[in-house]
Amino acid sequence: MSTETTRPTLQLSFSDKLRLWWDALARPTQWLIGVPFIVFIALLPVIRPPVLTTVGTDFGGVLAQFGMYALLAIGLNVVVGQTGLLDLGYVGFYAIGAYTVGLLTSPDSPWNLTDDWLSRDWAWLFALPIAIAITAISGLILGTPTLRLRGDYLAIVTLGFGEIVRLLADNLTNLTRGGQGLTKIAYPVAGVSESRPNGVFSAGNSTAPFNSGTWWFWVSIVFIIIVLLIVGNLERSRVGRAWVAIREDEDAAEIMGVPTFKFKLWAFIIGASIGGLSGALYAGQVQFVVPTTFNVINSMLFLCAVVLGGQGNKLGVILGAFVIVYLPNFFLGRTELLGIPIDGNEIANYKYLFFGVALVVLMIFRPQGLIPARQKLLAYGRAIYVATRKAALALNRKPAPAPAAATDTEGGAR
Amino acid sequence: MPLLELKDLTVSYDRIEAVRGISLTVEDGELVTLIGANGAGKTTTMRAVSGIRPVARGSVWFDGKDITRMKAHERVTAGIVQAPEGRGVFPGMTVVENLEMGAYARTFKTKAEHDKTVDRVFELFPRLLERRTQVGGTLSGGEQQMLAIGRALMARPRLLLLDEPSMGLAPLVIQQIFRIITEINTEGTTILLVEQNAQQALSRSDRAYILETGEVTTSGKGADLLADPAVKQAYLGVA
Repeated sequence: MSTETTRPTLQLSFSDKLRLWWDALARPTQWLIGVPFIVFIALLPVIRPPVLTTVGTDFGGVLAQFGMYALLAIGLNVVVGQTGLLDLGYVGFYAIGAYTVGLLTSPDSPWNLTDDWLSRDWAWLFALPIAIAITAISGLILGTPTLRLRGDYLAIVTLGFGEIVRLLADNLTNLTRGGQGLTKIAYPVAGVSESRPNGVFSAGNSTAPFNSGTWWFWVSIVFIIIVLLIVGNLERSRVGRAWVAIREDEDAAEIMGVPTFKFKLWAFIIGASIGGLSGALYAGQVQFVVPTTFNVINSMLFLCAVVLGGQGNKLGVILGAFVIVYLPNFFLGRTELLGIPIDGNEIANYKYLFFGVALVVLMIFRPQGLIPARQKLLAYGRAIYVATRKAALALNRKPAPAPAAATDTEGGAR
Repeated sequence: MPLLELKDLTVSYDRIEAVRGISLTVEDGELVTLIGANGAGKTTTMRAVSGIRPVARGSVWFDGKDITRMKAHERVTAGIVQAPEGRGVFPGMTVVENLEMGAYARTFKTKAEHDKTVDRVFELFPRLLERRTQVGGTLSGGEQQMLAIGRALMARPRLLLLDEPSMGLAPLVIQQIFRIITEINTEGTTILLVEQNAQQALSRSDRAYILETGEVTTSGKGADLLADPAVKQAYLGVA
């Protein structure tokens, strides 16, 4: 078709090129680039770059929320992206995590432990593993009967679960005080100084840039890295292979000898506990939980983050979470952008409309999400993977008469 | 003792009985075919044997043990492996990854044993070797069928279930697939085959059962059925 000597041109998008470049790097080089990048992200609330920083709400607080949503997106990605189970009630796990911490440490709760033997300084840290365990168990309880269902049916049941959790929080008034919420939830007390009498994590610490939002952002980064390491290792193991097989074809996976029900349940439990962790962080940061925070619409927002970012890709869904949290906050309270007067509050109010439109547009032009998942060669070691990527990259760079077989390396990715 | 025995097996979808009390046996080393028209219950029988469809009544016996209640993934370890209808390859996995999934339930004692199994599959299906880094969803129909059979062989089945391997394939490819099926069988793997292509299937199988609306109506040696005038008329399109 072309006038030049024909060669197979690999149409690589920006994200493909980025991936090729990154995958071809040696492990130490990846660390050398990765660590400063993470440090830079962590320092964002301190630098507060002009224009990018939010005006309506505190930038540190926005980033803390991003950290928690990123955890939610990673957890939901295990269920939706890796295993292919559509969970529309994920907010339920977020709520259970938050309410577990609330019920154990708020003075409003009958199960409060902090006026008894538990020091308020340590109560949050004490409640955190309990919150994770309880959400894991709730994932087991939800999953055991429902994971026999498939597709749409599972989605409907999980949607119901999310509502049940919220309605329980709203109606078990002698436990949760219903709509009044649980107040004075414990938070880790650390870094007490004269200017910060309650420590850096207290909601009362509002002196920017080192306010509580910034500190909670840093805590969530630590948890994100831990969770990414765990989930990443799982994905590369037999468990991960089983998940991908279930996502691609459940019946085929079963007749390959994969105990599909067991692995679906594991995906649910792991996803749930990550959601619970995020909820516990939320309860500690805000120190107040109320049922309306856990409306079903939030489930859709989490799902939006996963789909927008790229199902099955951990970095993609983190980017998705950032978009979901940051964009509305970017416009909130803004009266002009690049010299053009705008009503930022109005724009932020219509966030669901914009995300809806964004999803429709995305489904037309880039259905795999912003940073799509690319199946790796599970069968081979990393070495061969790197070699093939290098070859593909070289092929793309050099206008050499490429062998016809080289197109196969790209393998007509879906 | 037969390797596989179905005793008065009934499988139903809600209140509709797709398979009504069929009994059949497959001896060790045999190639047995189930033929029948659309909706006769062939695939349903197959799914009941591999375990992805629950049995309403009757029982399934494998190697002298009642496996009626055994889960599908446990049957793979026991030695029953299916290449499903419509091929069921994992569309987003490469050929090699698909093959590796086939060996999911199997533990290889040595790397050499693993390599030998993979090499054998590539020897049977050289086409798969050419396509080994291509994702399953982009293979042609014939290649997907080869992959489905190759993947099933990775588990080293004692009983290989093949569900309509000729479906939607060109005549030349069908011949090739059947030749390989015979080869696998002569090497000692017992095969239960479901087919609509009666000519090919009957001429190559030791015995065959003819299913009609969920019941076995005729059974006998493949060659005998091929010569049977009633069978000829119904399934071979010869008046």
